[in-house]
Amino acid sequence: MNRPRFRWHIVVFLAPAVLVYTAVMIFPLFNTLRLALFTEVDQTRVFVGLQNFRTLFFDPIWSEQFWNALGNNFWFFLIHMLVQNPIGIALAALLSHPRLRFAALYRSAIFIPTILSFVIVGFAWKLILSPIWGIAPSMLDAIGLKSLFAPWLGKEEYALTTLALISVWQFVGIPMMLIYAALLTIPEEILEAGEIDGITGASAFWKIKLPLILPSIGIISILTFVGNFNAFDLIYASQGALAGPDFSTDILGTFMYRTFFGFQLQLGDPHMGSAIAGAMFAIILVGVCIYLFGIQTRMRRYQL
Amino acid sequence: MKHKSLKLALLGTTLMATTAYAEDVTLTIESWRNDDLTLWQDQIIPAFEAQHPGIKIDFTPSAPAEYNAVLNSKLDAGSAGDLITCRPFDASLALYDAGHLTDLSGVDAMSNFSDVAKSAWQTDDGAVTFCVPMASVIHGFIYNKDAFAELGIEVPTTEDEFFAALDKIREDGNYIPMAMGTNDQWEAATMGYNNIGPNYWKGEEGRQALIAGEQKLTDEAWTAPYATLARWGEYLGDGYEAQTYPDSQNIFTLGRAAIYPAGSWEISGFNTQADFEMGAFKPPVRNAGDTCYISDHTDIGIGMNAATEHPEAAETFLTWVASPEFAEIFGNALPGFFPLSNTPVELQDPLAKEIVGWRDECESTIRSTYQILSRGTPNLENETWGASVAAIKGAKSPEDLGAELQEGLASWYAPHQ
Repeated sequence: MNRPRFRWHIVVFLAPAVLVYTAVMIFPLFNTLRLALFTEVDQTRVFVGLQNFRTLFFDPIWSEQFWNALGNNFWFFLIHMLVQNPIGIALAALLSHPRLRFAALYRSAIFIPTILSFVIVGFAWKLILSPIWGIAPSMLDAIGLKSLFAPWLGKEEYALTTLALISVWQFVGIPMMLIYAALLTIPEEILEAGEIDGITGASAFWKIKLPLILPSIGIISILTFVGNFNAFDLIYASQGALAGPDFSTDILGTFMYRTFFGFQLQLGDPHMGSAIAGAMFAIILVGVCIYLFGIQTRMRRYQL
Repeated sequence: MKHKSLKLALLGTTLMATTAYAEDVTLTIESWRNDDLTLWQDQIIPAFEAQHPGIKIDFTPSAPAEYNAVLNSKLDAGSAGDLITCRPFDASLALYDAGHLTDLSGVDAMSNFSDVAKSAWQTDDGAVTFCVPMASVIHGFIYNKDAFAELGIEVPTTEDEFFAALDKIREDGNYIPMAMGTNDQWEAATMGYNNIGPNYWKGEEGRQALIAGEQKLTDEAWTAPYATLARWGEYLGDGYEAQTYPDSQNIFTLGRAAIYPAGSWEISGFNTQADFEMGAFKPPVRNAGDTCYISDHTDIGIGMNAATEHPEAAETFLTWVASPEFAEIFGNALPGFFPLSNTPVELQDPLAKEIVGWRDECESTIRSTYQILSRGTPNLENETWGASVAAIKGAKSPEDLGAELQEGLASWYAPHQ
């Protein structure tokens, strides 16, 4: 009996991706986690175990910033879940309507902001909303609602919500595209069968299409979660590393950046920075696990 | 034949290129002064290169807010330039302690500087100097002379006159009284708190006492500036909460605002942007006849990367930077960055001349938070940004701000415990 030959070509074909991924993702990830267990005393690196995490969670100065950033991050995520994803689904439902004209045009127009750089988006919206040069105050003025205008990005109570909505504007194209693709895969026969049973129009969406696209919505939620908890660029581009006003837009990403690389007179502390990065990693890991084991396994799938 | 001559020509150019490469040493300068790029390229570098054939200078600035982070990463990775523009105090001290900066105490030209000028780039005991002092910046207020003449306002010297002038500008309504925003936060601390503050804490006297632990941030001298800042809010333009630093600069240079709380580094930019005549006045004193104090902040120096491959060439450049000749070129090329060298420099720019003249009338000090006090966590300088913004917005009382800052400082700084 000759044993099945070892299939070397699999190894050869996998090798480049594995090597690159290890070098730029896996190694840095574990090295960062390792770095979080050290601290620097008199120019030498000393192993301190979990001391950095203890400081981060229990030292009043650090923990206040950490919980503030985490709370802001949840609010940022909540806005995306409550605004971006429902709008994305609604847009996809409208776009998949067979009699809608110019569907391709709308689709591209809504998707384009997604491919713009954060720097451009942050800068453009900062100008639009600027109380001095912006077009937002004059547009509100034109319809007699000038009194509603406020320097949103400069007010503690509005800044984070404003930035979250800007991010929603930028990324609403992604859930729209994914849901749109899922809606297109629903076979006509099912909808026609429903029609025969008297389910048409809006109730066809709620009773047939929505249950069928639930797995896609789950994937979008988890993508939103990971994206939001890794977010940094937009806040940094529009509010700077200090995430003003008064840290009201500080999220884990900006908190990590400030700690790791330092800011103005504050010197960088790679070890505490790594501890924050480790905490971010843990939060995202827990979130993804809850989804994978708690939700996805229980989700009902329908054979189409 | 044709091919052969082409080959020869190619060979020739390659050879010439390599010989040129072997002779010339190129020194790269790391800096955060991207505003000064053209001045370096057009004036400073040609002046140096003309005298020192064989040394080429490459000025490669990065954005001010990112400089420290970028520089630290480059130094750790070994890819930083030969010459490092030094932030004052701890940022550079940390670089020296980490072995990234060369000890320059032995360089002869260092004797051109006073001890105060060198203090920003020395170890705590003053034994080692690791950067050549280049310039300081002075705080005060720049005003629109045309607007003042139009409204018949005299240049204020006391705080009462200052607020009376602001009231008058506001009543007239044609100008925003004062151009400053709180979006970027640092202006509130740098051009607000540390601009007017020295008159309250009596300059060096208060600053040294704070470092020694004899005064506290809850003392009247340190909280009263917040009370004054709280009065500024109503004179800043509509929506100042979201107004950024460039917004403020533009509002002032477009002639829409009358007064700009300034640092002298603005001068060269304003000279090219504004088409009205500008004047400057120093931070108003609390009562007529009080001694005035100004923030004359040692802001910029230059040192040598310890890992440079061309230490001799770098030392030649640093010696030239320490010379009166450089001070003359630099002081005039960048009006508003005042040379620190002992030899007096004749400045041409009227606004710069006016501001540097305050050195003779007032006592000089540096920003209160820069030396030693911003070493720990929480960082006092960054906290002061937030506190100054909160004061201007009226979000917290001066006493609460003082108490918060004091608590933060005392949490890590032994003399305050």
